[in-house]
Amino acid sequence: MTEPLLHAIGVAKRYGAVTALRDASLAVLPGEVHALLGANGAGKSTLVKILTGAVHPDAGRILVRGQERQVHSPSEARRTGLVSVYQEPSLIPDLDVAANLRLSRTPLESVRGWLSKLGIERLDPAHTARELPLATLRILDLARALAIEPDVLLLDEMTAALPADLTEKVLEVVGGIRATGRSVIFISHRMLEISELCDRATVLRDGETVGVVDMNEGAAEEIVQLMLGPGGINRPEEAAPAAADVQPADGGRPVRLSVRSVRAGTRLQNVSLDLYAGEVLGLVALEGQGQDELFEVLSGSRRPDTGELVVDDRVVHFRHPADAIRAGLVYVPANRVDALLMQRSVRENISLPFSAALRRWGPIDMSGEASRVDGAVDRLQIDTRAQSEVRRLSGGNQQKVTIARWVAHGIRTLLCFDPTRGIDIRTKQEIYRLVRELAGTGAAVLLYTSELEEVQLACDRVVVIFGGRVVDEMPAAIADEPTLMRAAYGLPPEAGAQTAGVKA
Amino acid sequence: MSASVDAPGLAAGTDLWRTVARTVRRNAWTLGLLGLLVVLLGVTHAIQPSYGAAGVESLAKAALPVALVAVGQAIVVIAGGIDLSVASMMALTNVTAAALMKGTSDEAAVLVVVAVLVLGIALGAINGTLVVLTRVPDIVVTLAMSFVWAGAALLVLSTPGGAAAQWLRDLYNGTVGSEWLPKALVLIVVAAALAWVPLRRTRMGLVFYAIGSDKLAAFRSGVDIRRTKVASYALCGLFSAMGGLAITMATGTGIPVPGPYTLASVAAVVLGGVSLAGGRGGLVGVVLAVFVLRLVRADLVFLGIDPNFTTVIEGLTMVIVVMVGAMLAMRSRRG
Amino acid sequence: MTGTSTTAGDSGPRWASAAALRRVVRDQPVLPLLALLVALVVAMQLVQPGTVSPAWIGTSIKLAIPLAILAACQTLTMLTGGIDLSVAFVASMSAYLIATQAPIHGPVLGVMLALLACALAGLGNGIGVGIFRVHPLIMTLGTGLVVVGLMTVYQVEVVSQGAKVPAEITWIGGANSFGVVPNALLLFVPLAALILWVLRRWGFGRLLFAIGDNEGAARLAGVRVWAVHLTLYVISALLAGIAGLVVAGVTNVATVTLAERYLLPSVAAAVIGGTSIFGGRGGYAGSIVGALILTVLTSLLTVMRMPEGVRLVLFGAMIAAVAAAYTRITEER
Repeated sequence: MTEPLLHAIGVAKRYGAVTALRDASLAVLPGEVHALLGANGAGKSTLVKILTGAVHPDAGRILVRGQERQVHSPSEARRTGLVSVYQEPSLIPDLDVAANLRLSRTPLESVRGWLSKLGIERLDPAHTARELPLATLRILDLARALAIEPDVLLLDEMTAALPADLTEKVLEVVGGIRATGRSVIFISHRMLEISELCDRATVLRDGETVGVVDMNEGAAEEIVQLMLGPGGINRPEEAAPAAADVQPADGGRPVRLSVRSVRAGTRLQNVSLDLYAGEVLGLVALEGQGQDELFEVLSGSRRPDTGELVVDDRVVHFRHPADAIRAGLVYVPANRVDALLMQRSVRENISLPFSAALRRWGPIDMSGEASRVDGAVDRLQIDTRAQSEVRRLSGGNQQKVTIARWVAHGIRTLLCFDPTRGIDIRTKQEIYRLVRELAGTGAAVLLYTSELEEVQLACDRVVVIFGGRVVDEMPAAIADEPTLMRAAYGLPPEAGAQTAGVKA
Repeated sequence: MSASVDAPGLAAGTDLWRTVARTVRRNAWTLGLLGLLVVLLGVTHAIQPSYGAAGVESLAKAALPVALVAVGQAIVVIAGGIDLSVASMMALTNVTAAALMKGTSDEAAVLVVVAVLVLGIALGAINGTLVVLTRVPDIVVTLAMSFVWAGAALLVLSTPGGAAAQWLRDLYNGTVGSEWLPKALVLIVVAAALAWVPLRRTRMGLVFYAIGSDKLAAFRSGVDIRRTKVASYALCGLFSAMGGLAITMATGTGIPVPGPYTLASVAAVVLGGVSLAGGRGGLVGVVLAVFVLRLVRADLVFLGIDPNFTTVIEGLTMVIVVMVGAMLAMRSRRG
Repeated sequence: MTGTSTTAGDSGPRWASAAALRRVVRDQPVLPLLALLVALVVAMQLVQPGTVSPAWIGTSIKLAIPLAILAACQTLTMLTGGIDLSVAFVASMSAYLIATQAPIHGPVLGVMLALLACALAGLGNGIGVGIFRVHPLIMTLGTGLVVVGLMTVYQVEVVSQGAKVPAEITWIGGANSFGVVPNALLLFVPLAALILWVLRRWGFGRLLFAIGDNEGAARLAGVRVWAVHLTLYVISALLAGIAGLVVAGVTNVATVTLAERYLLPSVAAAVIGGTSIFGGRGGYAGSIVGALILTVLTSLLTVMRMPEGVRLVLFGAMIAAVAAAYTRITEER
């Protein structure tokens, strides 16, 4: 067996109480294109950061050509033979292309050579990076990396922002690297590309490597299975009133929120959906399919490029989150850091929306506030005094505080973005129960989740988004993990229909 | 197959017209300042027909200390920081030079000049190291250090005193070559070129723009962020020392009280087209801005307007320019 | 149990007391500050026995009050992650306007005119910071320049009239009752109480902390950040105007650059008082003590015949050291 060019063994990393990686490994043979796969939160990006030297692992070894290496920065990584192309372009926005290449010490001529192989014939090096479109920047990053001719080239979602013809060229060029005996680590969500391009695939789940698959016939199915884990985690009996108990969505209930052909940024192409009062509508998508932009639009942080929003049969224009809140749409973001005032107390965090209005800038009715806050703390069972600093709380309790804020305020329509990410199982259950209770009292809930099993535990219906568009919709009863996973990857529902077009 | 990505001007080659257009667009601000300066010179001559070579010389002499310290400030701002202690560093280097030069020979004075320049680098390096190590915002650190350096200046000389070597003063007074070329102007150009050439032409200078523009991308492109930051402050210290020496040249003494140079340097940097967010701008505009501001001041004097009104003008200019700059930055970052 | 990240390490008594000390400094910074103040007063008495007397205390308080009011401006703006470098110029403007307008229009109208001018300056700051998102340092610096320039021009206009501080202002700022109690306390105590109340119990105070802690989160929760900034800088300018009146009362002189020497110490007092320049934490009580500390320190150094240079170096070193210490202690950000 040939010695791997790059071998990561037993890599582990914890961030405080959260384990990002527990036992990840990756072996890349010379002359191969190796895929790295895993669902959101499986640990992929942490592993990449460790390989490229941005983050130091708690445990594990990294061997390059059999020699153990400790890498602390991208320039060190480059010296050991590993060069990465990240999702965000690494070009300095205010410098022109020529200056950028000088900065990374890559000669213009060799970069030009690779650019033409990648389909960009002429590039004026006097353009500043800021002037160039995203796709061009990514290709430039790739060409720059190729010009260095590293032993191992790591591509993170290389084809994500590229149009079809450039994607084709990229795959062609990347495939050609095999012949030189050098290797590529290819990170992607696009199963079709992986099947076409890669030799083998390593699958991560819950922070560890669960399998290495040869890319033959049927490999895609095997990979999906590995990503899901043994039998899925369907425990409907443990959850709050299961989805089956709830009436079907259009049983005469009004439409609370209607999204009509909304488009925003480069990733949200065209999404339309209806959210009914009294239902929990799940939203499922892989990373970066436009769901972030959708929630930004709905919460009032971003204006859509085209399309409109209708709340309670009235067209609305949100210019500020306060407008959305006034229209009854309250937002719980994914990242607690985005929603919480970490240095302030639980009480201040919960009553923040209350003080926002101008007429409430004056003296606070402390006892009124206390009862509101205590009521919310009770309902969510946050086990802490209202005075404590939020940053001292556990992740689960912190998440509860973000929800408690809106419970205290009053919820008409709740937008949740991955509310249970990185939370312990018990708190998850409590959040599911709360969400179903809210729907039971007439609120409408839109719940984006990256954990597919949640759909059947908490939702009535689910909508799947891929490539910035809605590609599927189904009642929760039939939305099991394999079905959702296939839809999320843009794959056709039945296994075996190999080349059915990807709805992109 | 040609590029399918429609990028603005991407498919064009090195069309001469396009290059010229782009150069003009890129340097629009600087060219605008140059035009403004020319206009102002004309206006000055109109107001005061006797304004001639002597006027130009006094303009250059007044501009010298400000221009030097503005260049230093520009380097720090381009690298994404700010230095509020420049006036104090100027005072400290000024008094050190004057105190050391008192009663020493001309040859020893050369060593003093060198030593003072090294002192400036050290002061700046201390500022930068504190910023990097303590992780306290540069505003607070340099504000605090402005006290420290000012206090040190008072400890060197409690009242104005000291002396300056004659050859040093001769470098400042008078003209060289034609009567229209003041020595002070030559000094400005030389000092600015000393900074400008490495800043714009070498990789070493590019790293300042890199960390000011996008720290993460710079890190990923292999730049040592911390060392570069310290270097930017050290260079600012060097130019502040040059500014301090300019005061020595001009007055022949050491004055332990910091002058209004910090505000003036920030105003010149802002007016000169250097973005306060970092990563953008050049030194030529900054030097031009210094001259524009000085000339406006002189014109107001000639017009009989209260010279203190110029402070208002400078303040207003700075505020408006920064607001406009902030608006433009907001728009480009969103797009 | 409130879960926290498990910090591995020995839990012996030494570790526990160091951690407890950190917590005290972080949560109640006023306590160690009061200790420092007392230490300085004791040092004063030791250096020059007999100095510390009711009269001395009264004078020190009288001198510290304008600084404490200006420190309030910095505290409020620093809580949102900003700063107000125009306060000294605005204070001087206020003093100068009162001195030149009161003889014509009477003290009441004079005060109103002065404060109106301050409010306009604050409005300028607020628009720049809140709407145009200019960095507060630059914006307030620029406004300060404009203010001082306008005042210098104005000075030329009114030079014939002369500037006379009205008797009412001198009474408030400079005089004492019962021999040693400064009348300025009549103004300062309610003012300080109001500021402390607002910071602790008003929605507006909560919003200042919120914006400083996490402006994005505040916006997501529906806070119109620009409106808060606008109001904040107007309030800061008004406070600066009041401080200017007190300074004029203390010195019985009004010039265009009267309050300039208070600028950097006002920032120092807030920083020493425990208000983080990053925003989101701090309070006014600490700033008051900070102002007292700086005032006593200045007298101490003068009595010790320390050259002014040493005083400046110590000032700067103290600000830097305290800021670094606070950054390190609250490092969990």
